[in-house]
Amino acid sequence: MNWYDIIFYLFAALVLVSGFLVVTAKNIVHAAFYLLFTFFGVAGIYALLGADFISIVQIMVYVGGILVLILFGVMLTNKITNVDIRTGTVKVLPAAIVIGIFAGALLALMVKTGWYSNPGQIPETTLPVLGKTLITQYVLIFELLGMLLLVALIGAASIARRDKE
Amino acid sequence: MSEITLVNLSLIILLLPIIGFTVVIFFGKRFFKIFWFEIAMIGIAFVLASIILFVRLTTYVDAAPIVFQFTWINFGNLPLLGHLTIDLGVKIDNMAAIMMVVVTLISFLVHIYSLGYMKGDPRFTRYYSYLGIFSFSMLGIVLTHNLLMMYIFWELVGLSSYLLIGFWYEKKSAADAGKKAFLTNRVGDIGMFLGILILFTNYHTFTFDTIFHSIAGGHLPFDSGAWLTATGILLFMGAVGKSAQFPLHVWLPDAMEGPTPVSALIHAATMVAAGVYMIARIFPMLTADALLVIALVGGFTSFLAATIAITQNDIKKVLAYSTISQLGYMVMAMGVGAYAYGFFHLVTHAWFKALLFLGSGSVIQAMHHEQDIREMGGLRKKLPITYYTFLTATLAISGVPFFSGFLSKDGLLLGTYAFASLTGHVLIPIFGFTVVILTAFYMFRLVIITFHGEPRNIEKYNHAHESPKVMTIPLIVLAVLSFFFWYTGNPFSGESGWFISKWIHTPHSVVPDSLRFNFMRSTAEASAHLENAHEVITHSPMYMEALHHSHYPAMIISILFAGLGILLAYVIYQWKKVDPDKLAERYSWLYKFSLNKWYFDELYQATFVAGTLGLGKVLAWFDTYIVDGIVNGTAWVTRKVSEFSGLFDTYVVDGLVNFTAFFSGFVGLGLKKIQTGRVQTYVVFAVLSILILLLILRPF
Amino acid sequence: MLVVGLTHYLVLSAFLFSLGLYGIVTRKNAIMVLMGIELMLNAANINFVAFSRYGNYGIGGQLAALFVIILAAAEAAIALAIVLNIYKTFANVDVDDINNLKE
Repeated sequence: MNWYDIIFYLFAALVLVSGFLVVTAKNIVHAAFYLLFTFFGVAGIYALLGADFISIVQIMVYVGGILVLILFGVMLTNKITNVDIRTGTVKVLPAAIVIGIFAGALLALMVKTGWYSNPGQIPETTLPVLGKTLITQYVLIFELLGMLLLVALIGAASIARRDKE
Repeated sequence: MSEITLVNLSLIILLLPIIGFTVVIFFGKRFFKIFWFEIAMIGIAFVLASIILFVRLTTYVDAAPIVFQFTWINFGNLPLLGHLTIDLGVKIDNMAAIMMVVVTLISFLVHIYSLGYMKGDPRFTRYYSYLGIFSFSMLGIVLTHNLLMMYIFWELVGLSSYLLIGFWYEKKSAADAGKKAFLTNRVGDIGMFLGILILFTNYHTFTFDTIFHSIAGGHLPFDSGAWLTATGILLFMGAVGKSAQFPLHVWLPDAMEGPTPVSALIHAATMVAAGVYMIARIFPMLTADALLVIALVGGFTSFLAATIAITQNDIKKVLAYSTISQLGYMVMAMGVGAYAYGFFHLVTHAWFKALLFLGSGSVIQAMHHEQDIREMGGLRKKLPITYYTFLTATLAISGVPFFSGFLSKDGLLLGTYAFASLTGHVLIPIFGFTVVILTAFYMFRLVIITFHGEPRNIEKYNHAHESPKVMTIPLIVLAVLSFFFWYTGNPFSGESGWFISKWIHTPHSVVPDSLRFNFMRSTAEASAHLENAHEVITHSPMYMEALHHSHYPAMIISILFAGLGILLAYVIYQWKKVDPDKLAERYSWLYKFSLNKWYFDELYQATFVAGTLGLGKVLAWFDTYIVDGIVNGTAWVTRKVSEFSGLFDTYVVDGLVNFTAFFSGFVGLGLKKIQTGRVQTYVVFAVLSILILLLILRPF
Repeated sequence: MLVVGLTHYLVLSAFLFSLGLYGIVTRKNAIMVLMGIELMLNAANINFVAFSRYGNYGIGGQLAALFVIILAAAEAAIALAIVLNIYKTFANVDVDDINNLKE
C-alpha cells in the first residue's frame, strides 16, 4: 500500500458513497449536492490516471456547468414556497434486485476478463498532445462537436422559450 | 522587401474586397453608411498593390516570378493517377503586379465615381458589395498560378458580371442582358473546362509552370501535337467568351444595360481583359496553328466590331463595340506573338476606355439618362471637364502620338506587319490597319455629335450641368494616365520605353520546334536556360529583324490612317461637307447591315435559339404520340389485368389481411399491458435483455 | 489485490454505473433521472481514461472522454429545456405521469 493506492481508495470511497447518496437521497437539492462530491471524486480518479486536462475539464464542465444547470432545473420546476421538495420513488425492491443482478454480472465481467495491461509512461502533461491530436487527427469530430454545441444551444433556447400567445 | 512579404501583401489585397463584400452585404440594409467600408477596403488594396508594383519593378524587375503555393488537397496514392495533390498558389511577376494596380485603381475610381452616379439608388449598398466581390474575383484571376483557381475565379467574375448587368432587374431588358451574358459566357467556358480537363488528364496538375515544364520536356497531351493545338484552342474559347470575341461577342453590347460605372470597370477595363490575360498566361504552350486561329479571330473581331460601331447611335453601344474591337486587337497581338504589345494595349486601353465610359456616364447623367447621341450636341460648353477628358481618351484610342494608345496600338500593328512579312498572312495587318481608320472615325463622330455643334434637344441641353467633383476627379486621374510618359520617354517609340524593354518579357515557348512558326524556332542557347524561361525571348533574330524593318512603315501608316479617320469624321459631321443621311441612303444595304450589327442576333435567334426550340418541339411531338402511345397501351393492358387482379384481391387477399389484422389486434390487447408508458419500466426491460445476452454469450 | 491496477478502476466504474442505473429506475423526478444518467456517463468515462492509461493506446481514450463530457453538456442543456417545457404543460416533472403517448 503506497500513497497512490491510499489516495485511490479515498477517491473511490468518495465516489461510491456520494453516488449512493445521490440515488437514495429524499431531498432533490441534497441529491444535487451529493452529485457535486461524486463529480469531484471522479475528477480525482482522472488525475490519478494521469489525465490532468480531463480532470480539470470534469470540474469545470460538470461542476461549473451541468450541476448549475441541474440546480436551476430543480429551482424552476419545484415550487420553493411549497415545502414538498422531496421526490418520490417507485418499486424500490424489484428494481434493487434486478440492478443487483446486473451489477453482479458486470463485476464478474470486469474481474474475470484477462485485460491487456501495459501501462506506459505518463507524459508530464497531456495538454500539448491532446491539443495537437484534436486539431489534426480528430479535427472533423472537433468541428462537428462545435456544431453540435451550437445546435444544442439554439435548440435548448427554442424549446424552453415561452410561446408567444 | 522579401518575397514572402510580397506574397503576404498580395494575399491581403486579394482578401480585402471580399471582406468588404461580406460586411456590406450583411449589414448594408441596417447601416447605410457601411458602403464607406467597402471603399476603404479597395482604397487600401490599391495602396498595397502600388507598393507591390513598386518593389517588383525596382528590386525584382528582372527576377523570376515570385511563386507561393501550398497543397490544398492531398489525395495520396490513387490507382491509375499515382500520387496526386492539388496545389493552390499565387504567382507574382511584373505582369501580375501591373494588372493588380490596374484592377484596384480602376475599381477604386469607379467606387468613388459611383458615389455620384448611383446617388439615391434604392440598392446603393448592395451595389457596393457587388463591386467588392467583383474586385475579389478579378484579383484572383490576376494572381493565380494554376488553371483550377483561374477557372474558379473566372466563373466568379462571370457571376459578378451577371449580378451587375442585371442590377436594375426591374427592367426586363437588363434582366435579359444578364442572362444573355451569362449563357454566352458558358459556351466559351465549356471549351476552357475541356481544355483544363485535357491538361489535367495528362499532367495531373493544374499549375501553369509544371504543365509548361512537362511540355518542354517533350510530354505532349496524348502524345500528339494536334491535341496540344486543340487544347490551346479550347482554352482560348474561354477567352472568346469572356473577352467577347467573334462569334461570342453578342453579349457585350447588351451588357450596357448595367450601370455605367460598372460598364467602365467590368465591361471595358478589367473583366473583359481577363481573356487576354489568360491567353498571356497560357502563351508558352500555344502552337503555331493555335496562334494563327487566335490571330484571325482577334483580327476579324476587331474589324467586325469597328464596322458596327460606325453606325450606332447609343453612346454606350458605340463604346461597347469599340471595346470589342480593341479587345480583338489585343487578342490578335497575342496571336501574332506580339505578346508584350498585347499586354501593353490591355493596360493602356484599360485607362482610356474606363475614362470613356465614365465620361459617357457623366454625359448620360447630365442629359437625364438620355443615351441617344442624336439628342445631344453642343455639350462642350456645359460639361467642360467631361469634354476635355473625353477628348483625351478619344485621342488616345484613335492612336494619336503623345498619347498612350498610340504607343501600344502602333506596337501591335507593327507586330502584325512583321508577322505578315514572315508568314504571308496579310489579312491580319489589313484588318489591323483598316480598324485604325474606322476607330478614329467612329470615335470622332461620337465626340463631334455629342459635344460639338448646336444642341439638338434644347430643353435637355438647358438642364444639363457639369457632374459633381466625385465624378470629375476620377475622370481627370484617368486622363492623366492616358498620356505617353508613364510608359516611355520617347512619345514615338513604345519599344524603347521601359514598359516594353524592361517590364514585360515575352515568355519562352515550350512547344516543340516542329509545331512552332519558323521565326519562333528556339536556338540551342535559349533551350539551355529553360529555368530562366521568363528571361528568354521567344523570337529568333529573324523575327527581331523583321520587327525592326517594319517599325517605320507601320508607324507612318498608322499615323496616316488615324489622321484620315479623324479628317473623315470632321468632314462629315463637323463641317458637314457630306450629308451622312444621303450617304446612308446610297449605301443603304451596307448601312443597315452595320446598324443591325451584321444581323448576328437575328442569325443566332434563327439558328441556335430556333434550333433549340425546334428540337424541343420535335421531342414534344415524339413524347405526345410515340412515348405517350406506348404508355397508354401499357395502361390499357394494365387495367385489364388489374380488373382480374381486383377480384382476386377482394376475396382472397382481403380475407387474409383482415384475418391478420384481427390476429394482431388480439395479440396487441395482451401486449398492451407491457407498454406502460413509463421510462423506468423500459430501462428495466433493457437491463434484463442485457442480462439474457450475457447469459447466452457467456463471455467469462 | 490491494495494489491498484486496471481492474480496480473497472470495478469502480461498474459500481458507479449500477448506481446510476438504480437512480434512473427508481426515481420519479425527471431531474433525478438526469442525474442518474450523468453518473452512468461518468462511469463510462472512467473506463475510457483507465483503458487509455493501462492499455497504452495513446491519447484516444482521453479524447473520447472529452467528447463524452461535451455531449453530456449538450444533453443536459437540451434535457433541462425539455423538462422545463414538460413542467409548463403538466405542472410537475414526474416521469411516470408523462405517458400521453401511450394511448
